[in-house]
Amino acid sequence: MLHDTVTTRLSRPRKGWAMKARHTVAGLLAGALLAGTGLVTPADAAGKTITAVMHSGLRVLDPIITTAHISRNHAYMIYDVLVAVDENFTPRPQMADWTVSDDGLVYTFTLRDGLKFHDGAPVTSADAIASLTRWGKRDSGGQLIFDVTESLEAKDDKTFVWTLKSPFPALLDTIGKQSALPPFIMPERVASGSADEAVKEHIGSGPFVFVEEEYQPGVSVTYRKFEDYVPRDEPASWMAGGKVVHVDEVKWVTMPDAQTAINAIMSGEIDYIEQVQIDLLPILASSEDVTVETRDDLGYQTIGRMNFKHPPFDNKKIRQAAQMALSQADVLGTLIGNPDYYTVCGAIFGCGTPLADESGAETLISGGDIEGAKKLLEEAGYDGTPVVLMQPTDVVSLTAQPVVAAQAMRNAGFNVDMQPMDWQTLVTRRASQAKPSEGGWNIFFTNWLVPEINSPLISPMLNGRGDNAWFGWPTDETMEALKAEFIAADTPEKQKEVAVKIQKHTLDNVLYIPLGQYASPQARSNKLTDMLPSPVPVFWNVKKAD
Amino acid sequence: MLGYILRRILAVIPVMIIVAVFVFLLLRLTPGDPAAIIAGDMATPAQLERIRTSLGLSEPLHIQFVTWVGLLLQGDLGTSLISNTPVTTMIGQRIWPTINIAVMTILLSVAIAVPMGVLAAWRHRTWADYAVMSFSVLGFSIPVFVIGYIFIQVFSIELRWLPVQGYAAPSDDFGRFLARAILPCLTLATIYVALIARMTRASMLEVLGEDYIRTARAKGVAERIVLFRHALRNAAVPIMTIIGTGFALLIGGVVVTESVFNIPGIGRLTVDAILARDYPVIQAMILLTSGLYVFINLLIDLSYTLFDPRIRY
Repeated sequence: MLHDTVTTRLSRPRKGWAMKARHTVAGLLAGALLAGTGLVTPADAAGKTITAVMHSGLRVLDPIITTAHISRNHAYMIYDVLVAVDENFTPRPQMADWTVSDDGLVYTFTLRDGLKFHDGAPVTSADAIASLTRWGKRDSGGQLIFDVTESLEAKDDKTFVWTLKSPFPALLDTIGKQSALPPFIMPERVASGSADEAVKEHIGSGPFVFVEEEYQPGVSVTYRKFEDYVPRDEPASWMAGGKVVHVDEVKWVTMPDAQTAINAIMSGEIDYIEQVQIDLLPILASSEDVTVETRDDLGYQTIGRMNFKHPPFDNKKIRQAAQMALSQADVLGTLIGNPDYYTVCGAIFGCGTPLADESGAETLISGGDIEGAKKLLEEAGYDGTPVVLMQPTDVVSLTAQPVVAAQAMRNAGFNVDMQPMDWQTLVTRRASQAKPSEGGWNIFFTNWLVPEINSPLISPMLNGRGDNAWFGWPTDETMEALKAEFIAADTPEKQKEVAVKIQKHTLDNVLYIPLGQYASPQARSNKLTDMLPSPVPVFWNVKKAD
Repeated sequence: MLGYILRRILAVIPVMIIVAVFVFLLLRLTPGDPAAIIAGDMATPAQLERIRTSLGLSEPLHIQFVTWVGLLLQGDLGTSLISNTPVTTMIGQRIWPTINIAVMTILLSVAIAVPMGVLAAWRHRTWADYAVMSFSVLGFSIPVFVIGYIFIQVFSIELRWLPVQGYAAPSDDFGRFLARAILPCLTLATIYVALIARMTRASMLEVLGEDYIRTARAKGVAERIVLFRHALRNAAVPIMTIIGTGFALLIGGVVVTESVFNIPGIGRLTVDAILARDYPVIQAMILLTSGLYVFINLLIDLSYTLFDPRIRY
């Protein structure tokens, strides 16, 4: 019955403006008649539809052109991946199994049986190759693999071979990562387009179908269960394993007002809120129908990044002085407040990850050292050059860091020029290499999901290629050499050894300042059960009670 | 009359041209980069530049302007830089909630405010007048989101009579539409009732002091007819002006109310587009809003002839 309802809705023809206008007038006239009759409709009976309020509205549907988390989350609904890491960070077969030659140069992938796109076409090697190739032009890890790729060729419809010029032991981890740009598999006709233009067709082979007729950019998006999806037999774990769907539809709605979302989940109108503002948690505590929990233990890392091109942060000692002045506890206490939801952590790869190490972060994690910072500044001969610190005022998760950092740096003797601006202005300005006094900048702050920075192959801040590096543009040959050493490390132990060197080098040179980790609590209706813990909110496995 | 309407419509053209040039230049001079929104935090400067080129944002300003105007003259408002959706589709999706809420709010406000204003003027300096004036002051003074939250707390959370949020098209399910529209309309109506009631009272007070009202009363005309046929009709011009202006404001988008009640209207569309520097959407919305204001003002002017036969165009 529910399925019938869904089908009816999907096949309903789209109405023209004129027809809608007629209906509007008729509706309003009838409304005038009925308004006094006490007709009210209770909150919707949701049936097997999960209504979720996500952290932002979906606007960009191509998960390869953007690193926006909401686009990646959307992609996991409708696309599938060849390989996926599980909760132990181990790559597992998802769409494909593989074998690796003894010399580590030849990877042979075999697509599993039953893979189908939502238009009914089978998934073939050509689709996988086109998707990997397009991804390799956008993703930093993918670019590294394609730098050493000899060939990527189909052997038959279900088998393809990836031949490397030199070993790349982290290949499976890189194509199996769940953030920021996983290589989602699209039909060849879609994936063969430019990597710099968004795809216009949204057909995947994942567990849900994107319902284009109901999509309203930034407002709502509907996913229907893909009846022909064949889940793997293994239990689901992070993005790996059997993606078994137990509901007919999932609807993501955007609610710009956090209080409205809280009210809606308490009244039973929605089932799930991906991110709950911590100061609103006490309101939810009074509801017996809602559970608040953290489903992603890794959470986010908040960071500061300096501009290496201009004084004063072109001077290593002055960068070290700024880092020494900062205290993670102060930043996190102001940003999050509730210690249940933050962790002081000096590991650049994030605490709780296989490469985590806190060497070199002693002052950051122990409350900062203002006196030490003053001494370093004096040794460096700091001449009072203003530090242009960009402060975004319209992103809740980024408003506290600049204020706390500015005060700590002033305490240490820096001349800080904190400039408030909206996030859009900041992202434009941070791309400018002009002098700070002429529209450039010296330092800004942002946040990353830990899985986006948990390896030197994917962390954007560890790129030392000067003008080709991420904003701030450090030229750091040692870092590039260390990354090459990491790529060549063929055991987890060796990788960890190199990762510790990278950790020390990063903080010694202050490539960026890790300011700690925080988690984002979620809220779900108690009607939802068996929601998986995962850094990406997933809607397979979850069941909804009637 | 027809000539007047034509002249007014033709007068819209230079207004729209000025608005178009002004908006285009203002947006391009504002810092912001849609490519950065699309590409996300990890994009390198080279990747951003490639996306900018693919969006046509690397072209010189005058070329971008000519391209946009060329499309506009063909009735094409362009495509959203962010979502890659035609702007007309986006406006088509978002304008109906705004129109429906605006029409219902205005109907509700007029139905409540005009009798209130008439009553206040009729019973000048009595408790009824003071009550209406007190409500007006309250209606003006309380921020709209506070009223919205109070209504939600009472009617949705405590009494569970109405849903907290959302929108449904009346053509799809009238019950769902009504249930979701009542609270936002009541919230918005609080301000408009205050505004219209105050204007009605002031205008009525002026008219009720006129000689012809005294004459009508002296002739024994029923008070109801004096008030509604003689006085209200003559007091209608300023009331119509305030109703029309209020309607134009509502159509222009009420972003706070749309946010509190999660209504996908054009107010939020415009604000979201501004935050994302989605130039084609912002340009289209400002042009549309300007056009609507001009059109509604024309309708207000024409409506005067219904109430005052001395007005001729």
